Amino acid sequence: MGLAKRIIPCLDVRAGRVVKGVSFVGLRDAGDPVEIARRYDSEGADELTFLDITASVEERDLILPIIEAVAAQVFIPLTVGGGVKEAGDVRRLLNAGADKVSINTTAVLNPRVVAEAAERFGSQCIVVAIDAKDNGQGGWEVYTHGGRKATGLDAVAWAEHMQKMGAGEILLTSIDRDGTRNGFNLPLTRAISDAVGIPVIASGGVGNLQHLADGILHGHADAVLAASIFHFGEYSVQQAKAHLRQQGIEVRLT
Amino acid sequence: MKPASRIAVIDYGMGNLRSVAQALRHVAGAQAEVLVTGDAQQIRDADKVVFPGVGAMRDCMRALDAQGLRETVTNAAQEKPFLGICLGMQALFSHSEEGDVSGLGILPGRVRRFPESLQTEAVGGRLKVPHMGWNEVGMVTPHPLWAGIADQSRFYFVHSYYVQPDDVRLMAGSTAYPFAFASAVARDNLFAVQFHPEKSQQAGLALLGNFVSWNGKMT
Repeated sequence: MGLAKRIIPCLDVRAGRVVKGVSFVGLRDAGDPVEIARRYDSEGADELTFLDITASVEERDLILPIIEAVAAQVFIPLTVGGGVKEAGDVRRLLNAGADKVSINTTAVLNPRVVAEAAERFGSQCIVVAIDAKDNGQGGWEVYTHGGRKATGLDAVAWAEHMQKMGAGEILLTSIDRDGTRNGFNLPLTRAISDAVGIPVIASGGVGNLQHLADGILHGHADAVLAASIFHFGEYSVQQAKAHLRQQGIEVRLT
Repeated sequence: MKPASRIAVIDYGMGNLRSVAQALRHVAGAQAEVLVTGDAQQIRDADKVVFPGVGAMRDCMRALDAQGLRETVTNAAQEKPFLGICLGMQALFSHSEEGDVSGLGILPGRVRRFPESLQTEAVGGRLKVPHMGWNEVGMVTPHPLWAGIADQSRFYFVHSYYVQPDDVRLMAGSTAYPFAFASAVARDNLFAVQFHPEKSQQAGLALLGNFVSWNGKMT
C-alpha cells in the first residue's frame, strides 16, 4: 500500500461561471463553481482543477473570487490554470487560495517564467501544462494557444526540460484525443511519464471508466483528469474509484 | 463572547497561509480565534501556535531571521501546543540536505531528499519526486491529535524532502514512499506533520479540530 493514484475533475470557467454542462441532481445553480466543487469534494475527488478559458484579459480577474470562495469551503488541493503570463499572475492565484498553478502557453513563449515561479513559490505549486499532437512520425509535437499553434518542440524533450526548469508536475493533454471520448493517448502518456521524474496527470479523451484505468496502468500516469464524464452525470467520482480499485489500482476511498 | 483561546498561525512569508487559517477557522468555530501573524508579541501571547510553510529550507531560515522570529518560534515550540506543517515540520530539525542548512534544532535529526529515479514495484516503476498526493499514515504512537481518525487514513502530501529523526521515539506517524518515513513527529507539547491537514479533507479537518482542543499533553 502507498500513494494513491488521483482522480481530478476539471472545471472550465469563463467570466466567473463554470461552462460546459454540469448535470448534478439537486444543484440550485448548475454554473456555480462553489456548489460544483463541493459536490465533487463530497464524491471523493482527490483534487480539483479550474481552467480559466476567459477570452478577455479584463474578465480574467473574475476567477479570483471564485477560487477564494471554493478554498474557504473545500479542503482539498486546487489547481488553477489559464492565462498565466508572469510570476505575478502565479502569486495572485496562490494568494486567492490556489495550491498549484498551471502554466501552458507562457511556458513555451517565456520558459523563464516557469523557473522564476518555481524559485519564488516552490516547484510543488508549479504545474506545466503540455498540449501535444501526434506528428505522424512516431513522436508528438507541443502546441500552444489552446492547441492552435505548432511550436516545433518535441513533447518528451519539452517535458524533460520543464522538469529541469522547476516544474513540479506535468499536466499532459493529447490534442488528438481531447473531446473524442476515445480514451487517453496511451503511448504519449507513457513516453512522458517514463521520461520525467515528476508526477504526470493524463488528460484528453476520457469517455468511460476503463479509460481512466488504462491511463494509469498503460499510460503510467500518476493522476487522471476528466471533465465531461463527470459533468454530465454519467459517472460519479466514487464509481470511478471503485472501478480503478477493481483493477488493482490504489485509490483513496472516502 | 470572548473565544476560549487564540491560535497564532505564524506568517513569515513562506507560502500561502490562507488555507491553513481557513481550515482552522472552519473547525474552530467560536472555540478559538485564529490569527495570521508575523508579530513576535502576538505569537508569544497566543495560546497555541501553528507553524506552516512551503518552499525551500534556506529561504525559510532566512525569512525567520529577517523577521526576528527564530527565538519566538523556538520558545513557542517548547512552551505551548504547537503544530508544525510541511516545511514547518522540517525546520524544527537540526539540519537539512536541502541547501545544506541548519534548522532550528529543536528536534534532533536530519531532513533528507527522496532518491531520484528509484525503481519501484508500483505501476510505472519509477519513484516520482515530489511525493505528491494522498498517502496513508500509520499512527505508530497513540496521541490526542489522532483522536477519531482511523489508522492508515490518507492525507495529502506534496514534498521532496522528509525528516529522519535521530530518536525513533519521536515518530508519531509513518508513511511509505517507498520506504517508511516519519510523516508525523511528537514530543511533549509539539506535534508536526509532513502532510497538509488543511488540504486533507475530513481526516485533515479532524486533526486540526483535535489541535484546537488540545491541552498540549501527549496523553
